[in-house]
Amino acid sequence: MSGSKQRPSILDKSLSRGKTEVSATAFALLFSEMVQYSHNRVQSVADLHQKLSELGQHVGVRMVELLFVRERNYKRETKLLSTLLFVKGTMWKSLFGKEADKLDRATDDERIFYLIEKEPLVNRFVSVPRDKSSINCAAFVAGIIEATLTSTGFPAKVTALWHKGTTFMIKFDDTVMTRDKQLEGR
Amino acid sequence: MSRQGVRPADSKKVSGELFTLTYGALVAQLLKDYENVDDVNRQLERMGYNIGVRLIEDFLARANPGRCYDLRDTADKIQQAFKLYLGITPSIGSWNPGGDEFSVVLETNPMAEFVELPEHCLGLRYSNILAGIIRGACEMVQMEVMAWFIADQLKGDNVTEIRIKFVKRLEDAIPAGED
Repeated sequence: MSGSKQRPSILDKSLSRGKTEVSATAFALLFSEMVQYSHNRVQSVADLHQKLSELGQHVGVRMVELLFVRERNYKRETKLLSTLLFVKGTMWKSLFGKEADKLDRATDDERIFYLIEKEPLVNRFVSVPRDKSSINCAAFVAGIIEATLTSTGFPAKVTALWHKGTTFMIKFDDTVMTRDKQLEGR
Repeated sequence: MSRQGVRPADSKKVSGELFTLTYGALVAQLLKDYENVDDVNRQLERMGYNIGVRLIEDFLARANPGRCYDLRDTADKIQQAFKLYLGITPSIGSWNPGGDEFSVVLETNPMAEFVELPEHCLGLRYSNILAGIIRGACEMVQMEVMAWFIADQLKGDNVTEIRIKFVKRLEDAIPAGED
């Protein structure tokens, strides 16, 4: 194609209202190709999780931009709990059409939170091979959460576990806890 | 905390934005993994082919489209499939005189929402996965076709246009050793 044509700038387009939907089959097949592609390029389950998480992070940072502009009137969250509720509510609703099932705090470690989703969309179509039962394609969603938290100023590590369905373990940086305590009571 | 959504979770549909961004993540990963855009184009086409091969099963089961008796039938079914899977209705047109080549024209491209091609990626056929899907799906119903992009909104064209050419009918091969 000729380079002389004026390419449209993305900023000239109005922001999508997020009402479009595609068939679940289309998403499932696309996601499956992504998992297979990643699977072919890694040696271990941990590497696969890492790859899927990176792909998810790509989605996460963009969702943050989109949602805070569209749904939150440009206002970011500053409190830890509000940010987690943003992920559980607003973010989950626009991605998966519902809120996440449950948000829990670990009793033994104040830096750790659990976000529980019994049946995540990405696992609905995946059968886990018996010899690699630790594979969890929800690592992709873990990546989305991780990017969301990290890019809103709450650096965290998020992993997907098999526990009560799928559970995302969110472990915040120490700095986050210290700052949140300072903010408390203000 | 209760489990209420703005809309009921429809298990047959997913958010278009999740789909678009997921595809974007894939393309970005391929650009990182391969040295040049031609390889990325090829890889996207190959992945599309794999998807098409599986998608056709779903399409035949769900839409019950029946047999295609000519290429115009096929074009209609492709239009129907776009509606079913991506929620858009492309227009079909620009038939060649021989009647074995036509265009699928997309006014909006759900794959390419939020996308802007950087200068050094102008050779990238961003939505090339669609061409692969069409080829793979048609092959499973004994039609060899070629599909390629001739216009792309990402490159400043008014519409996105996929050209499809019928190559030949695939005959059922006799299984080896049974002649």
